[in-house]
Amino acid sequence: MRLTLGLVTVFAFSVIIFSTFSFLPGDFATEILGQSATKSAVKALRAELGLDKPPVTRYFDWLGNVFQGDFGSSFSGRSKVQGDQGDRSREVVGLIIPRLKNTLFLTGVAAMLAIPLSLILGISAALYRNSYYDRSATGVSLVTVSSPEFFTAYIFILLLATLFPVFPTISTVDETTTLVERFYRTALPVFTLTLITMGHMMRMTRSAIINILSSEYIEMAKLSGASRYEVVVKHALPNAWAPISQVIAINLAYMLIGSVVVEYVFNYQGIGRLMVGSVYNRDLPVVQACALIFASTYVILNLIADLIGIISNPRLLYPK
Amino acid sequence: MSENLSYSAKSEVANLIKRRTRLERLKIALSKAPMSAWFGMIVLFIYFFAAIFAPLIAPHGEAEIFPVAYAPWGDGHIFGTDQIGRDIFSRIIYAARNTIGICLLATFIALGIGTVFGIIAALDRGYLDQLLSRIVDTLMAIPVMIFTFILLSVFGPTNFNLILILGILESTRFFRISRSVAVGQVVLEYVEVARLRGENLSYIIFKEILPNIASPLIIEFGLRFIFIIFTISSLSFLGIGIQPPSADWASMVRENAILIQYAQYDITAGLTPLIPAAAIALLCVSINFVVDWYLYITSGLKDDVK
Repeated sequence: MRLTLGLVTVFAFSVIIFSTFSFLPGDFATEILGQSATKSAVKALRAELGLDKPPVTRYFDWLGNVFQGDFGSSFSGRSKVQGDQGDRSREVVGLIIPRLKNTLFLTGVAAMLAIPLSLILGISAALYRNSYYDRSATGVSLVTVSSPEFFTAYIFILLLATLFPVFPTISTVDETTTLVERFYRTALPVFTLTLITMGHMMRMTRSAIINILSSEYIEMAKLSGASRYEVVVKHALPNAWAPISQVIAINLAYMLIGSVVVEYVFNYQGIGRLMVGSVYNRDLPVVQACALIFASTYVILNLIADLIGIISNPRLLYPK
Repeated sequence: MSENLSYSAKSEVANLIKRRTRLERLKIALSKAPMSAWFGMIVLFIYFFAAIFAPLIAPHGEAEIFPVAYAPWGDGHIFGTDQIGRDIFSRIIYAARNTIGICLLATFIALGIGTVFGIIAALDRGYLDQLLSRIVDTLMAIPVMIFTFILLSVFGPTNFNLILILGILESTRFFRISRSVAVGQVVLEYVEVARLRGENLSYIIFKEILPNIASPLIIEFGLRFIFIIFTISSLSFLGIGIQPPSADWASMVRENAILIQYAQYDITAGLTPLIPAAAIALLCVSINFVVDWYLYITSGLKDDVK
């Protein structure tokens, strides 16, 4: 049921993505060839790009190709700039795959840092509720949650790249970069992503546990003489996994979106950077592909959150 | 003696519970407000003051260009000048007007659309409700930022489009909230009475239901406002949000980011691009504080052992 809903969402989004572009005021063919192009040249290019077919046909053509992993070829790079040297535009897939790997690397490392840290901080803040530790942790997290991504990023640059030059400001990586070098170069974007999601995750973990701490069976456990640690870790935590895992999934999705800005700041060659560049150039196939990847990852992560919620509470498997 | 003979309920009850006026209640609530709420309100007041009276406060014009680009702090320009010689301090003040104005407008559009449709859906509970709810579910499953990207690249990144797109996309959250709260209200007698009286739809929505579901909507308004500021700032930072020559905090960060490189030689240069970014953060923290406080007053949290 939830799976179909997710699929419907992605499908609907693909229709929306596609249709919005069909209603573009400008035409790509005229845009590529310039205002002075002859009518027949425009027509030829339109036929080549498939822009002359009706939208519905084009949509299903496109969708069929997408399922085969073919997003078409990029509009930019055609003739004008690079001259006519054989194949003028690049395959979108070839453009996206290495960038996608970079982005996954970045968010993956950040997630591995952020999730354990925020769980530990959140649980311990709930454990020592209203202590100075708890108050300062929630206070700091409020500030990080309220700061835009680029603010956090530039503070890191100011402190760790210019005032104390430990890490590089620009994270350029390519296939030849070794893993250690990669970690070193992506340190600042990883820190930034970690910090912007950690505040949220920590706060939500804390409130999930505190919420459970007010239930009756916890009172019972307390009365039976369980220590504070036992109450939180043994009794409260197992029931908190569902909300916590949802928090994690939502924040991973958020991290993915946040990576767009972070990649821009550090000039990291990820998919977000590619998407921003393509929006500037109005490069239709690339933006479509990126948007679809972002949206489906987002939907899948939310789906996983739901599934974990169901698995961790078997009662939900049998609706009344 | 004589005055005791005449009976008065008022004197017998002694302490008559007086219905307090709004102002009095506000005063009492304010006197109990925690430090954080005061901090938030004062900061918000300063921001709005700066936004409204920007031309009077700012020492220089928004797009006024001075001969020296990247001038240092002080010397006629409190925070120096930017890459083409505009006074940064003045632009920060004007940016308050642009950023807050645009974000507030988008939030109001979202509130308006979302709430009206939400209440209509709650009143209907039929096919219309199903249709609207499914549409909203689909829209909500897609990250707003990515959606905005696409729509902006289609319709072009003008301020008008920005406000409209975000207003419509964010209205889904208001729809959800207002629908779920209003569903509990539409079955109550007062709505039925209003219907029997023959009141029209807009009267029922605005005069009957809306006042009763206002407080969750106000809280949502605060949170959405923050979210919209974030989204618009991110977009502006990427160069597709608020368009020049309007000053706005996020694009100022991008324009002056290069100054960070010189932080070793002059710390103020390194701080310059961070000031507008900090302005956004401070605004969001303040709204958070005020919203938290409002949540605390309106929900029954008061008696809860904190």
